[in-house]
Parts: sequence; C-alpha cells; structure tokens
Amino acid sequence: MSAVLKHRLFWPVAALLVLLLSNLIFTPGFFNIEVRQSHLYGSLVDILRLSAPLLLVALGMTLVIATGGIDLSVGSVMAVSGALACLYIVHQPDQGAPGTIIVACLLGIAIALVLGLWNGFLVSVIGLQPIIATLILMVAGRGLAQLITEGQIITVNSPGYRFLSAGYWLTFPFAVILAAVVVALTVVLTRRTALGMLVESVGGNPRASRLAGVSSRTLIWGVYVFTGLCAGIAGLMATANVSSADGNNTGYLIELNAILAVVIGGTSLAGGRFSIAGTVVGALLIQTLDTTIYTTGIPAQTTQLFKAIVVIAICLIQSPAFRAKLRRRPAAPVAPAPAAPSKAEVSL
Amino acid sequence: MEQSRPILVMRGVGKRFPGVVALRDVDFRLFPGEVHALMGENGAGKSTLIKVLTGVYSIDDGSVEMAGEPVLFGGPAQAQQAGVSTVYQEINLCTNLSVAENIYIGREPRRLGLIDFRRMRADAGDLLRSLGIRVDPGSPLAAHSIAVQQMVAIARAVDISAQVLILDEPTSSLDAGEVEQLFRVVRQLKEKGLAIVFVTHFLDQVYAIADRITVLRNGSLVGEFRTADLPQRDLVEKMIGQELSTLESLDQQKPALREVEAGRPLIEADDLGRSGAIAPFNLTIHEGEVVGLAGLLGSGRSELARLLFGADRSDSGHLKVDGKNVSLRGPRTAMGQNIAYLSENRRADGLVEELSVRENIILALQASRGWTRPVPRKKQDELVGRYVKALHIRPSDPEIPVRNLSGGNQQKVLLARWLITEPRLLILDEPTRGIDIGAKAEIQKLVVELADGGMAVLFISAELEEVLRLSHKIAVLRDRVVVAQLANTEDVDADRIMTTIATGVTA
Amino acid sequence: MTIDLEAETAAEAVIDRKRRTLTIRKYVPVLGTLVLLCIMYGIGIANYENFYNTQILLNIFIDNAFLLVVAIGMTFVILTGGIDLSVGSVVALTTMVSAVTLNHGWPAPLVMITVLVMGSVLGFGMGCMIHYFELQPFIVTLAGMFLARGLCYVISTSSIPIDDPTWITLSQKRIPIGSFSITPSVIIAAIIVVIAAVVLAWTRLGRTVYAIGGNQQSATLMGLPVARVKIAVYTISGFCSAAGGLLLSFYMSSGDPLHAVGMELDAIAAVVIGGTILTGGSGYVVGTVLGIIVLGLIQTIITFQGTLSSWWTKIFIGALLFLFVLLQRTVVRRTPS
Repeated sequence: MSAVLKHRLFWPVAALLVLLLSNLIFTPGFFNIEVRQSHLYGSLVDILRLSAPLLLVALGMTLVIATGGIDLSVGSVMAVSGALACLYIVHQPDQGAPGTIIVACLLGIAIALVLGLWNGFLVSVIGLQPIIATLILMVAGRGLAQLITEGQIITVNSPGYRFLSAGYWLTFPFAVILAAVVVALTVVLTRRTALGMLVESVGGNPRASRLAGVSSRTLIWGVYVFTGLCAGIAGLMATANVSSADGNNTGYLIELNAILAVVIGGTSLAGGRFSIAGTVVGALLIQTLDTTIYTTGIPAQTTQLFKAIVVIAICLIQSPAFRAKLRRRPAAPVAPAPAAPSKAEVSL
Repeated sequence: MEQSRPILVMRGVGKRFPGVVALRDVDFRLFPGEVHALMGENGAGKSTLIKVLTGVYSIDDGSVEMAGEPVLFGGPAQAQQAGVSTVYQEINLCTNLSVAENIYIGREPRRLGLIDFRRMRADAGDLLRSLGIRVDPGSPLAAHSIAVQQMVAIARAVDISAQVLILDEPTSSLDAGEVEQLFRVVRQLKEKGLAIVFVTHFLDQVYAIADRITVLRNGSLVGEFRTADLPQRDLVEKMIGQELSTLESLDQQKPALREVEAGRPLIEADDLGRSGAIAPFNLTIHEGEVVGLAGLLGSGRSELARLLFGADRSDSGHLKVDGKNVSLRGPRTAMGQNIAYLSENRRADGLVEELSVRENIILALQASRGWTRPVPRKKQDELVGRYVKALHIRPSDPEIPVRNLSGGNQQKVLLARWLITEPRLLILDEPTRGIDIGAKAEIQKLVVELADGGMAVLFISAELEEVLRLSHKIAVLRDRVVVAQLANTEDVDADRIMTTIATGVTA
Repeated sequence: MTIDLEAETAAEAVIDRKRRTLTIRKYVPVLGTLVLLCIMYGIGIANYENFYNTQILLNIFIDNAFLLVVAIGMTFVILTGGIDLSVGSVVALTTMVSAVTLNHGWPAPLVMITVLVMGSVLGFGMGCMIHYFELQPFIVTLAGMFLARGLCYVISTSSIPIDDPTWITLSQKRIPIGSFSITPSVIIAAIIVVIAAVVLAWTRLGRTVYAIGGNQQSATLMGLPVARVKIAVYTISGFCSAAGGLLLSFYMSSGDPLHAVGMELDAIAAVVIGGTILTGGSGYVVGTVLGIIVLGLIQTIITFQGTLSSWWTKIFIGALLFLFVLLQRTVVRRTPS
C-alpha cells in the first residue's frame, strides 16, 4: 500500500478519480457508456475526445520541459496550422474530397513544423532563453493566424475535415485514436530509442551531458520541432471540432493548460525526468475539471480559479524550500560540496 | 609588525557536516597590521574556516574572540558590522552599476530622501585615491578589469569596516601585473593597521605578501609559521602531507621498475595551450603508459586535461593522435578518438543525479552512438552488471538514482561510464578525492590493470604518493606551466616533486 | 602614494576609451528604441496627411495610458530579472471590483483605495511565494493570472457598466494643452511615470532593484535587503496593475472579465522594446515610455494606412521583440562579465 501511495502518479490519479466520482452527484449516468450505431457514446468518451488537442500539446510540452525549456507559442502554432488548413479547404471546389483534406492537413502540419524549427533555432543556436524565444512567436503567431484568416472566422463545410475531431473509427472517436497513436508513438520514440534518456540527461545536467558527448543542440532543436508538430495536429483537431478557424481563439491559453498538465503529471519545470503517463493523467484531469464545472452549472470560466489553486499546490509540493520550511528546519547550511550549477540559469 | 595583541583569535574550532568532519580543533590568530596567509589543498578546510568565522556556518566547537571579546556572528552582514569583511574570489559586486554605487550601495549618502550621487562620487573618489586606486568612480564597473573590480570590492569592504579583511583567493584570475597592483593596495592597508587574511594557493604570492602562514590539512591545523622561517619546499610538504594509509593490496613497486614496455606514442601534444588557462606544453603519452600530473590546486591540471578532451578549445599548438593531427572541436570529437575524461567535479560535470546508476553508466556510450541506435536493454544490463561487479559498486541495484550512492560509488559509476566506451586514453582528474580509503585503493589498482592492458592513462592527483605509485612518467605543473617531466625512476620521490612544485626547477 | 604615473596614464587612456564605449553601450537599447521611433514617426509623416498633428501623438497616450501604467510596474519586475504574467488579469479584476462596488453605492475614493490595496496585496502575495518558497516567477504569476481571471468570473460573467459620476467625469473630461487636449488618465499615468523614474534612479529601493537584477547573489552578500525589495517589486507591479485597471475602467466605463486579455504580453513587449534587458539589471522607465509610443505608433500607422489590417500589429510587435532581444543579446555578450 505504501508503495502505491508513494508512486509519483498517486495524487494526480487519485484527484482524477475523485473528480470523476463527484460527477455522479450532478450527472447520475455519468459513467454510462453505450454503443449506438457502433459508435461509443457517454460523458467519459466526451472527456477523452475533448481532451485530445490538449493532450497532444502537453505531450510536446513534456519533452520541451524535460530539456529545461518551455514553449509558450503552442497556442499560436495551433491557430496558424488550423487556419492554413481551413483556408486551403474553403478554396477547393469540393471541400469534402479526401485529397483536399489530406493536402490541407499536410499544409497545416508543414507550417507547424516550420514554426517549431524557428523556435528551436532561437533556443539552441542563438541561445535565447526559451521563455523569450517562444514569446516572440506567441505574439507574432496570433497575427500570422489572423493574417491567414484575414481576421475572419473561416468556416469550412467539410464532413471529412470534421471527422478529425468528431468522427468515429472502429467504434472509437477518431480524435481519441489519433491522440492515442501519437502518445504511443512518442512513448516508443522516447523509450524504445535512447531519446528519452538523452533528453532527461540534457535537462538534468547540461554541463555533464556535454562532457559525456551528448549533442544537446540537435536534441533541443528536435524537441521544439516535435512540439510544433504536436501543436500542428492539435490545431487541425481544434478547428475540425468547430469546423472553423479563428485566428484569435484557436488554442487560446492552451500553453498554460499544457504546462499545467505536464506539471501535474510530475515532470519538474526545472527539467530532467519526464513522465508521459503523468502528462496524460494531467491532461485528462484538466479536461475533466472543465467538463465537471460545465455540468455543475458554475460559470465555465471559473475553472481558472481551481487551476490556480492546483498550480500553487503542486508548485509548493515540488518546492524544496517549502518542504524544508514545513519540516521547520533552518534552510542552510548544507554540506560544503561544490554545488551543481543552477539549471535555471540560462543566459539571454 | 606590531605583535602586542591579536585582533582575532579562534580557538579549538570544530565543524561537522553530515558524514564529514570539516574542521577539527583548529586555532587561528590574527594580528593588526599583518597579512596572514591561510593555506591548504582542496578540502583542507580553508573556506569552511572562513565561513565559520563570518557566520555563514554555525560553529560546532570552539570559540571566536575579537579584540578580547567573545563574538558569534549570525551572518556575513553581522560580521561586516563588527568589522570583519570578506572579498571573495568571484567578484560579488554588481557589474551593471557604477564603481561609486558598488562601494556605497545600501548606505548611499542622501539628501532630501534621494541619493546624492554627486557626493557619493566625490566620496568614492577620495576613498579610492586614499588606497592608490585610480579609477573614475562614475564609470560602470563592467568597464574595468577583474583586478580593478577586486580592488573596488576591497575599497567597499574597507570603507564599511576597517579591522579585519579576508581576501578569499582574490588573485585566481589575475595576471602578474594585476596581482602586483592588488598587492600595492594590500600593503597600504597593512600599513594602516588592518589585519588581513589572505587565502590562496599561489606560493610565490604568499612569499611576496604574507607575514605569517597558517596551514590546514584535512580539516586539522598543521601549524602557524612565520613566512621567513618556512622555506617554500617545507610549505608544500606541510600542505600535501604524507599519505599515511597502507594499501597492501597494491603492488608497492614503482611501475617504471615493473618493466612495463611502453607501446607506441598515442597522444602527442605539441605546444598545445590556451591563454589564461595553461601555457603551451609538450606531452607524449604512450599506449600502456600512466602519466601522472602533479601540482597544486589551480596549477592548471584540469585545464590541461580539458584541452586534451576538447572540453575547451586550444588556441595554440597541435594535438596528434596516432601520429595524425586532429582538431578537437568538442568532447564528441575527442570521444571519436577514443579519449575519455573523468572530470574533477563529480556533481557539476559528471553525474546526472536524478538518472539511475544504469543510465549514468550507459550515457557516454549511448551519446556516442546517437539516439537512434539505442544500446539494447539486454546489452545495457550485461555491461552495467559487469562493471557494477568489477568495480564493486554498492548498492549493486543499477536502477536506483545515482544520487543515493556514496561519493566513492558515484565516482566508480563515472569510471564505469568511461570504461564501457573502451577508451585508448583515459584521463582521470582527481579520481580519488573525497572518497573512502577502500574505494581509493580499488581505483588505484584498476588504473594499474588498465595500463597493463594497454590503455594510456593520464592520472591527475594532488596526492603525490598516489601519483608516484601509479605513474611511469610525471609531469609537474606550477602556476599553469608544465615545469618538468620526470621519468618515475628509483631516485624520484615525493621530496623531489615537492621541490619542483615549490621552485619550478627540477632538483 | 603615486605609482609609475606614465605607464598608468597610457593604460588609463585605453581604459578610458573602453569605459566610454561601455557607458554608451548601456544606452544602446534605449537609443535603438528612440531611433526606431523617429523612423516610424518619419514614415508616418511622410506618407499620411495629418499625421504631423500633435494630437495624434497625444492620442497614443490617451489610448494607452492604462497600458503605460501596467508596463511601468512590469519594468520594476523585469529589472530584477523576474516576470509578472498576472497583470492583465489583475487589471480586469480591478475593473470588475470597481464596477460592482460602485454599483453598490460605495464612494468613489473608497473604491479607488480598495482596488489599489487589493492589487498590491495580490502582488505582495505572489512576491512572498516567489521569494520564500523559491518558486519561479513565471509559474507563480501564472497562478496569479488564473486566480484573478477566475475571480472576475465569480463576480460576474458579463460586462458591468459604470455610471458613477466621478468615473464619468474622469472618462469624459478633456484637459486642454494649447489647441490640443489630453485626459486626466494621461496626467495620472505621467505622475506615476515620474515617480517610478525617480524611485528607480534616486532611491535605495530603486538602486537595489538594479543590483538584484545585476547579480542577486552579490546583492545578498553585500547585505542588501533582497527579500524585501523582491517582494516590493511584485507589490509595485500589483499596485500598477490596479492603477492601470482604474484607468481602463475610466476609459471603458465598464467592468468586464474580458478586459485586458493578453495585456501582459503587450506590457512585456513594451518593456523589452523599450530596451530593458529581460535578464534584469539594465533598463529605464523612459525606455518603457518609448516602448509604449512605439506600440501606439504601430497601431496608428496601421489605422492611417487603412489597407493594412489590425493583425499586422501583432506581427510587427513580434518582429520588434525579436529584433530587440537580438540587439540585447549582442550588447550583453560584449560586456565583460
């Protein structure tokens, strides 16, 4: 039992379960899942389906944070990718044609990759602080997205595109399958190759990693590109869900929710060890919170209040200074061993 | 020199950290108008003593008296108010502010509640002039050399409280001219009656400026000496001391006498150097040869090693591997030449603390293969298992985080990291420092075995016994210059090496 | 005590030259902003009729007075090397609290004091968490952002109009300057700017802000009150956000949970474009004012152009951010550490 309690995913999973159970109070049939016309329906399925874009973004964010970085531009990248895809679709004679949709998706993903390359370039080659480097695209990307949509909301009339978010395949929502596939691929990519370990080593101790011959520049660059890719797919999903692209609102504030999901999942903002399972739990927890608040009739926007509390609680739990103060022990002095260089120090 | 009454007396000072006794029954006296050098190798307890004195650490045993009164400082600020100021090796000033502000920040002259910059600059100008420092007080500190910044720090310290001034390795990054500039200021302060503690590891400087020397070793007091009565050679011996442990497991014979036939030259450094780090040097390392580097802390030992590993870029000379010129652009290229480097600072430059023992061991091999070609898990377990067993790494579970291991075992993990890359040249920078005697003997034994197996080893250690026992050849460093290279023959002993370190001339 | 004067004089000449370039280099970012501003203003005058009209410049201040005040608070935070993401939400919360309390009949001065105290307390709380628990400013103020925005929606999910006479007066009054005019908000912003500039340049608090941004560890070892000043900086930012919120509520005559969405980005952009270095320790209030004018000019030019759409603003701001961060990087790199 104590092993279960000590597992780093215990608290997030427990919180998720409590939250799910509390829904029973407001929605008696909350856990009901039924199959209609060989499609899965139910509140739980909805939560899974709606959490797909956040999950994808959080997945990329996990790797970026593991290297000790952060990517604030994911929301803007989503908006750009979704906008470009929708723009292409509305200009085609047959908006529903499979070819159209495939090209649109490829376009969206391609632009997201380019933006990821840009972020990675600024961080790994120019050496800008990740917060600043991605802040640039966070601001400019919104403008870019609106430039693509010309400030309008592009509405597409394409069942095929909508399929990305609302469609069903083999009785499961396609978005869930897609997210699951990307998660699985990421797990394989990081844990079946040496990528995961090298990323953790770069985030855990950049100096030691360099001296052990790890090519951190390429790794860090690649991680930002991967995050761009994830955000791109998420952008397609988010715009498909509403069949329209809105440069202003697609992916709005998702960077913060994604960071939150990663932190809830037990990946430290200082970099190092990351947990993809934790991020999945974190993203589900956030989506469940949103859904729960929605069903209880509390104004949906107040979820932010709960998120604030969660952020503070988790950061305090992670903070060594806080734990030290809880134990009422004087902070200094520690053994006189030479301290490892602070990881937070990234020169501008 | 006025010898009447000491301004500062520390008696029987002891300080313990979890698992370590950092200071044991240390006495220290300081008189007004003297420069008192505090000497010792790494881990001797110099900085701990300073930190206990200034209240950074609490004191476990003993007492501190200032001008006859018992004192106990709660921190550097309190110490400063009582008249004890410290100037650290790392400039602890704000380079983005002006010289005058750095001197007066926190106690600026004010008029009508606002800072009176004009008066502040005038005061700073007077103060600096009185110390013979010629600097425009209005200029930004960043515009000045480290030496000038150091002097500004001293000016600040002196202006705040003018009784005891502690200079903690102030000259580490200064060139000869700058050191002389600094010493002019120090001498002036001495004439004004200040008591100055000078922490350093540069022998020449001690003899140039200090009146007395207190030597610490392994947290204990070796003694207090008048500089005039203590020849350099004796000082070195007192700092380094004699290795008392008996390492029966090791062949006591000198390696050169073991008749090991050194192989082909593997590494040839030809005037390799890096300005500010190490003067150009020539060094040849053969296959199967152990080359020892002897020298005091800060003499350029690690800097030399880092050049050979490409961790720093050289700015002069060439490096040949197997007779072919190579240019080391970074650790990766060095690893491509089968060079491995076990760094001096385990925590900062070696371990990834939150990763497991297995991951830390596999890291360098994996990095050289690239992320797309993972070392298969089975192979990892086999390799890691083999080295955990061979090096007696404890606990032997390779999946626990490496931070949970003791220092000696962490060191063996790092050693294993490099051994599985099957290097041809293994650079070991202080591999036995801060680890227990048993682990130390194991590592020494391993070095002999590796060399017997044909590996070239560059062995860096502050302990001469160890260097003498293991090396075929010994390069002696002094103040960032390779001053001698001796074949480790019968007539070479600790005495000769110490003399070379102390004088720079082969005895 | 004189020491080989000749050698010293020669050496000093070299040092003098080096020092002079360094003194100038300190101002490079701000000068860059000034040059940029002149170029933009020149482009405006050259291309558009009526652009030379001084009222156009004054309008920039009228339309951005609240942002200016918020950016001033942000300048303090960034100078210490921190960041405050909560400002936009605190602005919105201020407008909400003002609107609700005024509608409950609270007297205007009491409302103003209440929200200013509220903003300061929020900032104080975040500052304490950042300092005492050693949390990253980014994440703490992110929580503050969520918290304040969430509280807005707890108060009301929709816009609340303000019809208090004081507010209406402050919103409609025009103060003539020659043949032009400004609003009381501009005066208030100007006063805050002047106070902030004086505090940063001529008080111990201000100089300690620079010292912390230059090297926090040194500042601690020099015995400066690092804890107090760091917390003060976030308190000041909270206060400025509340003050900015008041100005926005004058400007909009309403409280709205959707007010000032994303304003933290505009404020950070203004500070950075104004030449304050994001790692702290270097920058000026006057730079932030210039940064605000640059942002305002971008909007004005885009409005005058007519064919350029509003989203170009964001692209231009992004591009300028990039340019200035690069400029800072080269400046910082060349400075000997």
